Amino acid sequence: MDVLYFAWVRERIGQPKETVETTAPTVRDLVKELRGREERYAAAFADLDALRVAVDQELTDFDASLAGAREVAFFPPMTGG
Amino acid sequence: MDIRVQAEPFDLGAETAAFAARQQGMGAVVTFTGIVRDPPDGGLGAMEIEHYPGMTEKAISGIAAKAATRWNTGDILVIHRYGRLAPSEMIMMVATAAVHRAEAFQAAEFLMDYLKSRAPFWKKEIGEQGADWVAAKADDEAALGRW
Repeated sequence: MDVLYFAWVRERIGQPKETVETTAPTVRDLVKELRGREERYAAAFADLDALRVAVDQELTDFDASLAGAREVAFFPPMTGG
Repeated sequence: MDIRVQAEPFDLGAETAAFAARQQGMGAVVTFTGIVRDPPDGGLGAMEIEHYPGMTEKAISGIAAKAATRWNTGDILVIHRYGRLAPSEMIMMVATAAVHRAEAFQAAEFLMDYLKSRAPFWKKEIGEQGADWVAAKADDEAALGRW
Protein backbone atom coordinates (compact mmCIF):
# COMPACT_ATOMS: atom_id res chain seq x y z
CA MET A 1 0.00 0.00 0.00
CA ASP A 2 1.22 3.51 -0.72
CA VAL A 3 1.62 5.75 2.33
CA LEU A 4 1.83 9.50 1.68
CA TYR A 5 2.90 12.30 3.99
CA PHE A 6 2.22 16.01 3.62
CA ALA A 7 3.37 19.28 5.19
CA TRP A 8 5.26 18.89 8.51
CA VAL A 9 4.49 15.17 8.64
CA ARG A 10 6.42 14.80 5.38
CA GLU A 11 9.25 16.88 6.78
CA ARG A 12 9.47 14.88 10.02
CA ILE A 13 9.43 11.55 8.24
CA GLY A 14 11.79 12.83 5.58
CA GLN A 15 9.98 11.58 2.49
CA PRO A 16 6.69 12.26 0.69
CA LYS A 17 5.75 8.69 -0.13
CA GLU A 18 6.67 5.09 0.48
CA THR A 19 5.28 1.64 -0.18
CA VAL A 20 4.49 -0.31 2.97
CA GLU A 21 3.82 -4.04 3.24
CA THR A 22 1.25 -4.37 5.99
CA THR A 23 -1.66 -6.46 7.19
CA ALA A 24 -2.84 -3.75 9.59
CA PRO A 25 -6.65 -3.94 9.69
CA THR A 26 -7.16 -0.25 10.59
CA VAL A 27 -5.36 3.06 10.25
CA ARG A 28 -4.63 3.01 13.99
CA ASP A 29 -2.89 -0.38 13.63
CA LEU A 30 -0.83 0.94 10.73
CA VAL A 31 0.22 3.93 12.84
CA LYS A 32 1.29 1.56 15.62
CA GLU A 33 3.46 -0.36 13.15
CA LEU A 34 5.02 2.79 11.75
CA ARG A 35 5.72 4.22 15.22
CA GLY A 36 7.68 1.10 16.09
CA ARG A 37 9.98 1.44 13.09
CA GLU A 38 12.17 4.41 13.82
CA GLU A 39 12.31 7.53 15.94
CA ARG A 40 11.28 9.82 13.06
CA TYR A 41 7.98 7.94 12.75
CA ALA A 42 7.42 8.02 16.50
CA ALA A 43 8.01 11.80 16.36
CA ALA A 44 5.62 12.34 13.46
CA PHE A 45 2.87 10.21 15.00
CA ALA A 46 3.35 11.35 18.61
CA ASP A 47 0.01 13.18 18.81
CA LEU A 48 -2.80 11.79 16.67
CA ASP A 49 -5.06 14.71 17.61
CA ALA A 50 -2.71 16.90 15.54
CA LEU A 51 -3.08 14.64 12.50
CA ARG A 52 -5.67 13.90 9.86
CA VAL A 53 -5.88 10.84 7.65
CA ALA A 54 -7.28 10.04 4.22
CA VAL A 55 -7.80 6.52 2.88
CA ASP A 56 -7.93 6.33 -0.91
CA GLN A 57 -8.20 10.13 -1.00
CA GLU A 58 -11.26 10.33 1.26
CA LEU A 59 -10.93 12.04 4.63
CA THR A 60 -11.64 9.54 7.40
CA ASP A 61 -10.65 8.72 11.01
CA PHE A 62 -8.04 6.53 12.67
CA ASP A 63 -10.47 3.68 13.23
CA ALA A 64 -11.15 3.36 9.50
CA SER A 65 -10.63 -0.06 7.94
CA LEU A 66 -7.73 -0.58 5.55
CA ALA A 67 -9.38 -3.54 3.83
CA GLY A 68 -8.76 -3.09 0.10
CA ALA A 69 -7.09 0.29 0.62
CA ARG A 70 -4.46 1.28 -1.94
CA GLU A 71 -3.39 4.64 -0.56
CA VAL A 72 -3.24 6.13 2.93
CA ALA A 73 -2.18 9.72 3.57
CA PHE A 74 -1.24 11.45 6.83
CA PHE A 75 -1.17 15.22 7.22
CA PRO A 76 -1.88 18.07 9.64
CA PRO A 77 -5.25 19.89 9.66
CA MET A 78 -5.71 21.59 6.31
CA THR A 79 -5.17 25.31 5.76
CA GLY A 80 -6.59 26.08 2.33
CA GLY A 81 -8.49 29.06 1.04
CA MET B 1 -18.63 23.41 -12.42
CA ASP B 2 -15.13 24.58 -13.17
CA ILE B 3 -12.44 23.44 -10.69
CA ARG B 4 -8.80 24.31 -11.33
CA VAL B 5 -5.78 23.56 -9.16
CA GLN B 6 -2.74 25.21 -10.67
CA ALA B 7 0.66 26.76 -9.99
CA GLU B 8 0.15 29.59 -12.49
CA PRO B 9 -1.41 32.93 -11.59
CA PHE B 10 -4.94 33.67 -12.81
CA ASP B 11 -6.56 36.81 -14.16
CA LEU B 12 -9.29 37.71 -11.68
CA GLY B 13 -10.96 40.23 -14.00
CA ALA B 14 -10.99 37.97 -17.04
CA GLU B 15 -12.16 34.96 -15.02
CA THR B 16 -14.97 36.93 -13.39
CA ALA B 17 -16.10 38.45 -16.69
CA ALA B 18 -16.08 35.10 -18.48
CA PHE B 19 -17.91 33.43 -15.60
CA ALA B 20 -20.63 36.11 -15.52
CA ALA B 21 -21.00 36.06 -19.30
CA ARG B 22 -21.69 32.33 -19.50
CA GLN B 23 -24.55 32.30 -16.95
CA GLN B 24 -28.11 31.93 -18.15
CA GLY B 25 -31.10 33.06 -16.14
CA MET B 26 -28.94 34.07 -13.18
CA GLY B 27 -29.37 37.44 -11.50
CA ALA B 28 -26.34 37.39 -9.19
CA VAL B 29 -22.64 36.58 -9.35
CA VAL B 30 -20.50 36.68 -6.21
CA THR B 31 -16.72 36.29 -6.17
CA PHE B 32 -14.19 35.93 -3.37
CA THR B 33 -10.43 36.19 -3.77
CA GLY B 34 -7.78 35.17 -1.25
CA ILE B 35 -4.50 37.11 -1.30
CA VAL B 36 -1.14 36.46 0.38
CA ARG B 37 -1.04 39.04 3.19
CA ASP B 38 1.79 41.51 3.19
CA PRO B 39 2.45 42.16 6.89
CA PRO B 40 3.26 45.74 7.99
CA ASP B 41 6.74 44.71 9.21
CA GLY B 42 7.54 43.21 5.83
CA GLY B 43 8.68 39.97 7.46
CA LEU B 44 6.99 37.57 5.08
CA GLY B 45 9.11 36.65 2.11
CA ALA B 46 6.82 34.11 0.52
CA MET B 47 4.07 31.61 1.06
CA GLU B 48 4.55 28.02 0.00
CA ILE B 49 1.35 26.06 -0.65
CA GLU B 50 1.44 22.28 -0.75
CA HIS B 51 -1.48 20.11 -1.84
CA TYR B 52 -2.45 16.49 -2.38
CA PRO B 53 -2.79 16.00 -6.16
CA GLY B 54 -5.83 13.87 -6.95
CA MET B 55 -7.54 14.29 -3.60
CA THR B 56 -7.56 18.07 -3.92
CA GLU B 57 -9.63 18.08 -7.09
CA LYS B 58 -12.00 15.42 -5.70
CA ALA B 59 -12.49 17.23 -2.40
CA ILE B 60 -13.20 20.59 -4.08
CA SER B 61 -15.61 18.99 -6.56
CA GLY B 62 -17.47 17.34 -3.67
CA ILE B 63 -17.74 20.64 -1.77
CA ALA B 64 -18.89 22.50 -4.90
CA ALA B 65 -21.48 19.82 -5.68
CA LYS B 66 -22.95 20.20 -2.17
CA ALA B 67 -23.14 23.98 -2.56
CA ALA B 68 -24.74 23.66 -6.02
CA THR B 69 -27.47 21.36 -4.71
CA ARG B 70 -28.16 23.34 -1.56
CA TRP B 71 -28.43 26.81 -3.14
CA ASN B 72 -29.40 25.80 -6.66
CA THR B 73 -26.48 27.76 -8.08
CA GLY B 74 -26.19 28.31 -11.80
CA ASP B 75 -22.50 27.60 -11.83
CA ILE B 76 -19.46 27.47 -9.57
CA LEU B 77 -15.84 28.30 -10.33
CA VAL B 78 -12.97 27.48 -7.98
CA ILE B 79 -9.33 28.26 -8.81
CA HIS B 80 -6.72 27.44 -6.14
CA ARG B 81 -2.99 27.83 -6.63
CA TYR B 82 -0.11 25.90 -5.12
CA GLY B 83 3.65 26.42 -5.04
CA ARG B 84 5.55 29.53 -3.96
CA LEU B 85 3.60 32.79 -3.88
CA ALA B 86 4.85 36.28 -3.06
CA PRO B 87 2.99 38.74 -0.81
CA SER B 88 0.00 40.36 -2.58
CA GLU B 89 -0.27 37.50 -5.07
CA MET B 90 -3.71 35.96 -5.43
CA ILE B 91 -3.94 32.50 -3.88
CA MET B 92 -7.41 31.47 -4.96
CA MET B 93 -10.84 32.59 -6.09
CA VAL B 94 -14.38 31.30 -6.03
CA ALA B 95 -17.29 32.52 -8.11
CA THR B 96 -20.90 31.53 -7.65
CA ALA B 97 -23.97 32.40 -9.69
CA ALA B 98 -27.57 32.17 -8.52
CA VAL B 99 -30.96 33.64 -9.34
CA HIS B 100 -30.79 35.97 -6.33
CA ARG B 101 -27.86 37.40 -4.39
CA ALA B 102 -28.55 35.71 -1.04
CA GLU B 103 -28.01 32.26 -2.52
CA ALA B 104 -24.88 33.36 -4.40
CA PHE B 105 -23.37 34.91 -1.22
CA GLN B 106 -24.22 31.91 0.94
CA ALA B 107 -22.88 29.40 -1.58
CA ALA B 108 -19.61 31.40 -1.76
CA GLU B 109 -19.29 31.51 2.04
CA PHE B 110 -20.02 27.80 2.33
CA LEU B 111 -17.37 27.06 -0.31
CA MET B 112 -14.80 29.17 1.52
CA ASP B 113 -15.53 27.65 4.93
CA TYR B 114 -15.15 24.14 3.55
CA LEU B 115 -12.15 24.88 1.32
CA LYS B 116 -10.32 26.20 4.38
CA SER B 117 -10.47 23.02 6.40
CA ARG B 118 -11.61 20.21 4.08
CA ALA B 119 -9.56 20.70 0.92
CA PRO B 120 -6.03 19.24 1.27
CA PHE B 121 -3.88 22.36 1.11
CA TRP B 122 -1.20 23.37 3.59
CA LYS B 123 0.38 26.80 3.82
CA LYS B 124 3.90 27.52 4.95
CA GLU B 125 5.03 31.06 5.67
CA ILE B 126 8.61 31.75 4.72
CA GLY B 127 10.15 34.74 6.46
CA GLU B 128 13.53 36.17 7.26
CA GLN B 129 13.67 34.20 10.52
CA GLY B 130 12.76 30.87 8.97
CA ALA B 131 9.70 28.99 7.80
CA ASP B 132 6.59 27.88 9.69
CA TRP B 133 3.56 25.84 8.75
CA VAL B 134 0.37 27.84 9.23
CA ALA B 135 -1.68 26.23 12.02
CA ALA B 136 -5.36 25.55 11.46
CA LYS B 137 -7.56 27.74 13.66
CA ALA B 138 -10.30 26.40 15.92
CA ASP B 139 -12.53 29.11 14.39
CA ASP B 140 -12.11 27.54 10.95
CA GLU B 141 -13.41 24.21 12.19
CA ALA B 142 -16.18 25.91 14.18
CA ALA B 143 -17.26 27.80 11.05
CA LEU B 144 -18.45 24.52 9.51
CA GLY B 145 -20.97 24.16 12.33
CA ARG B 146 -23.16 26.95 10.96
CA TRP B 147 -23.91 24.98 7.81
